[in-house]
Amino acid sequence: MTVEGEILLEARSLRKEFGGLVAVDDVNIQIRERTLHSIIGPNGAGKTTLFNLLSGMMRPTRGQVYYRGRDITNLPPHRIAHLGIGRSFQITNIFPNLTVLENIRLAAQALGKDNFRLFRPAGSFRQYEEKAYAVVKRVGLQGREFDLALNLPHGDKRKLELGIMLAGEPQLLLLDEPTAGMSSEQVPALLEIIHSIMADGDKTIVLVEHRMDMVMSISDRITVMHQGQILAEGTPQEIARNQTVQSAYLGELYGDLAADLEDKDGQR
Amino acid sequence: MATTKTETQNLSLKRESPLNRLRKEWAGVLILLLLAAFPFLFAWFSGTSVTDGPSRFWQGLMITFFIMAVYAMSYDLLIGYTGILSFGHAAFFGGGAYTMALWLTHAVPVISSRYRITLPGGANITEVVLFVAGILLVVLVVTLLGLLFSAASARVRGVYFAMISLAMAEALHILSKATDFVRWTGADEGLHGVPVPAWINPTQNRLLFYFVALAFALIMYLLVRRIVDSPAGRVFVAIRENESRVRMIGYNPVVFRSIAFVTAAVIAGLAGALFSLWNMSATPTMTGAIMTINALIMTILGGIGTLVGPILGAGLMQIVGQFFYQWFGPRWPLVFGLIFIALVIFLPYGVIGTWRQKRYAWKRAIQKMFGKG
Repeated sequence: MTVEGEILLEARSLRKEFGGLVAVDDVNIQIRERTLHSIIGPNGAGKTTLFNLLSGMMRPTRGQVYYRGRDITNLPPHRIAHLGIGRSFQITNIFPNLTVLENIRLAAQALGKDNFRLFRPAGSFRQYEEKAYAVVKRVGLQGREFDLALNLPHGDKRKLELGIMLAGEPQLLLLDEPTAGMSSEQVPALLEIIHSIMADGDKTIVLVEHRMDMVMSISDRITVMHQGQILAEGTPQEIARNQTVQSAYLGELYGDLAADLEDKDGQR
Repeated sequence: MATTKTETQNLSLKRESPLNRLRKEWAGVLILLLLAAFPFLFAWFSGTSVTDGPSRFWQGLMITFFIMAVYAMSYDLLIGYTGILSFGHAAFFGGGAYTMALWLTHAVPVISSRYRITLPGGANITEVVLFVAGILLVVLVVTLLGLLFSAASARVRGVYFAMISLAMAEALHILSKATDFVRWTGADEGLHGVPVPAWINPTQNRLLFYFVALAFALIMYLLVRRIVDSPAGRVFVAIRENESRVRMIGYNPVVFRSIAFVTAAVIAGLAGALFSLWNMSATPTMTGAIMTINALIMTILGGIGTLVGPILGAGLMQIVGQFFYQWFGPRWPLVFGLIFIALVIFLPYGVIGTWRQKRYAWKRAIQKMFGKG
């Protein structure tokens, strides 16, 4: 696994304070094109706040965010979405009383040019509906198209969450704990979706995740956050071996994992 | 991919033949035909003339019903579809009513005494042109009012916006009652004896006015139905469901909320303008809080977010209200209020809303019983 591509997204001394609490403390991070870059860290490390800053949901106290070299720090979220940055949420954030298809269709429609049409039925704009069907299939929700989103089981809601984001055809995907609340049996299906996104070849993913086995196996690069700061950054192997990370976050639980990775390195 | 394609073709909207559409909406067409035939059916059954006596009176009730139905629908667009709780809807209705009444009372006589607009043939069309200009003026005024409200809604949400919208509507109400403008607005008394053009005058030709009001209600219903099913209308619903996600997938909710507001304002304003023609007056009650509450009651009664519901709610309030008035005298709102409370308890989603839900539940129960799926 090598790091490749240009810098797609960059945060420069990004800082967010809530009153006296510094949630994100002068973070510098570079996300390279066509990589899967994971951000890990204990609860309260500032991962979600960092995502909120990158996606425009919150304005930073200080610092800048650059996307393809362009300063997007103070752009509103809908403008950032139009630049090709999609985001999924840790706490499922869907349109509960609409059908699965409509949830996704709305996201497909958002980036088209027909949003202000008032006098033609939405169903007559076939391109968005066809796109929505393709996304439904991609996230594995076939047969559920006409169920209300609120009636979906949790695992399917997480898939819908990804589907809404994918329908916007983002180049950069910010995934905030896509497996949150999922049972281990449900995880492989989601992992497959993530693999299929990377297989497109032109996508970049920033992933916040707590499942260490998953992070270690799919990431190109990992950034470890702790108390709003970046503790370490590197390849999965480097992170697993890193003493600071081990004591601060991974702990003894992952000591075995580190040994495991070392073994693999030795075999190569 | 092949299956996706066929699914899409089966499920999405195909261009239907007009006849097929009529067949699908037979209930609506039937109701429309009944409403169109109502003056004649009523006259026939009661053995009276179409143009006077009880016929005339009942036509009047129906005219009020049609106008109120449009007013309630415009409110549903805000509360039911976009999820905006506004307590200032009377501002649009009253604004439209006052604009039309003021225009006809103060501007039209002056203009038509000085200018004459004629067709090349020589026919005098001054009156018609000025009437159309009045309608355009109404649209302009309520559009500005709608923008004013949406500017406030861009800053505050929920109950806080409800309070601000109430305050803004009350400001207009106070303005309409202000003695400072008594020469123009008649202050507390309101404007009476508005010189409505003879060709649309409700006292001179009530039957014609009946059909004007019916056509107005029909056109507005079809228009609002179109709008809520349009790409923009779908975004309204999405805003109601989850505004922050709407923003994250690339829509600017402020813009869409403004579109909803202006649309609702224009429709309510036109209803108000027609109401002022119908009453040949504009009074402070049309801008008052009771007027907003009426919209709320009609919408809740029928079912919010159903569009047909508010029409039914308006019908219940006007027609049933009339019977209640006959039975209980001037205290009828008390009885109506008790029934309203009972309806809200037993039909929490309104008449139409609850019926739609139950119908769905029954359908599923039947499917289960016969082992489908």
